[in-house]
Amino acid sequence: MREIHVSKIVETTKKLCIDANYYLTDDMRERLEEAKEKENFSTAKNILNIIIENADIAKDEQRPMCQDTGMAVVFIEMGQDVHVVGGSLEEAIHEGVRQGYTQGYLRKSVVNDPIERINTQDNTPAVIYYNIVEGNDFSITVAPKGFGSENMSQLKMLKPADGIEGVKEFVLKAVKEAGPNPCPPIVVGIGIGGTFDKAAFLAKKALLRSTNERNKNSFYEGLEKELLGEINELGIGPQGFGGKTTALSVNIETYATHIAGLPVAVNINCHATRHVKAHI
Amino acid sequence: MSKKINMPLTKDKVKDLKAGDNVLITGTIYTARDAAHKRLVELAEAGKKLPFNIEDQVIYYAGPAPSKEGQPIGSVGPTTSYRMDPYAPILLEKGLRGMIGKGKRDEKVIETIKKVGAVYFAAIGGAAALMAKCVKSAEVIAYEDLGAEAIRKLYVEDLPVIVVIDKDGNNYYEVGQSEYLKTLR
Repeated sequence: MREIHVSKIVETTKKLCIDANYYLTDDMRERLEEAKEKENFSTAKNILNIIIENADIAKDEQRPMCQDTGMAVVFIEMGQDVHVVGGSLEEAIHEGVRQGYTQGYLRKSVVNDPIERINTQDNTPAVIYYNIVEGNDFSITVAPKGFGSENMSQLKMLKPADGIEGVKEFVLKAVKEAGPNPCPPIVVGIGIGGTFDKAAFLAKKALLRSTNERNKNSFYEGLEKELLGEINELGIGPQGFGGKTTALSVNIETYATHIAGLPVAVNINCHATRHVKAHI
Repeated sequence: MSKKINMPLTKDKVKDLKAGDNVLITGTIYTARDAAHKRLVELAEAGKKLPFNIEDQVIYYAGPAPSKEGQPIGSVGPTTSYRMDPYAPILLEKGLRGMIGKGKRDEKVIETIKKVGAVYFAAIGGAAALMAKCVKSAEVIAYEDLGAEAIRKLYVEDLPVIVVIDKDGNNYYEVGQSEYLKTLR
């Protein structure tokens, strides 16, 4: 049995919250650079330049790329042979988020209750997902999620008869309705199958995947590419002012589903798509 | 090229602004977002005095990240504007001349912009570190309890924004996208 002390979890979570908000991931930078080269519409090119310049400033000055440093979504992958010692695992994660957001000068954007709405002042609680796997590895992924894009996300329980065409239509409708609101160019996370909640989870999980990686199933890999092409033909463009770069990547995750259902969830992320992972 | 504007934003200055114009704003502007708008509108509807005179002023829909020592402000980019749609017409009727945010507005906001002769600007969403550099000073002037959502008085220099909806109701989200789609033909 491998033992991991909660202090290590606090420390790691704290660092991940800060790093995710200060540093644009390499793959996102590559996508933005590629998009800039391809754009010949001047407004779109200018905006992509500004977005890249902004990421440079954030990195050089150690400040968040976006003021909406998000609600912290934390994914724990824990080997079944790991024993967490020294306190509560859940409290350690919240404490890491608390320290990261306070010491990293990140915005506190969480309210205690959806109706009462009192700011908790330390960005806790985080949204936490646990996945227990074989072995003794322990990893933490922090994905701060801004709500400009979160609010533009949609879920629909399609009929099996709607099939692949129904899925495509729904994804395009969600992106079109979102328009300029989620800070395009966006990353589109799509969850297909499972149950109502599983589809939403898969869509979120899809956003954790590097934009350099495609779905391993060739059918869904094809669908990712096809949807990216169709989304970029909508003409929404960077910030919604027109252009060929509406999305930088479409990431699909799927799961088995029920004979009567075809759940589809579309989780939209902005050009500051943030996620960092660390192994302990 | 960019047009330069000095605050306050009078009705005359608004006349020169057309959808799609790049504008650099210099002077005093105010931040306010969801919770602050709710309070401002409650005061306005009760006929009470607002915490600042909004006549010919510009409200920036933004809630900054905290500032580090020596910085006037943390990263500060625009938040999505539609959430302020229920409140904006009342403030426009009271003399508010401009709004900075990002994303679409509803019909009622657009109609009121045309009626009173105002303007809706977009700042680049997510370019918050860059925009913080345009802010030379910042001071909380109301609702400190709201934290990031408090009303801040900012002095900005050459804050880059784009005119989305001008006083005639032209909408650059529509114009820009159709201009781009025309280049494909």
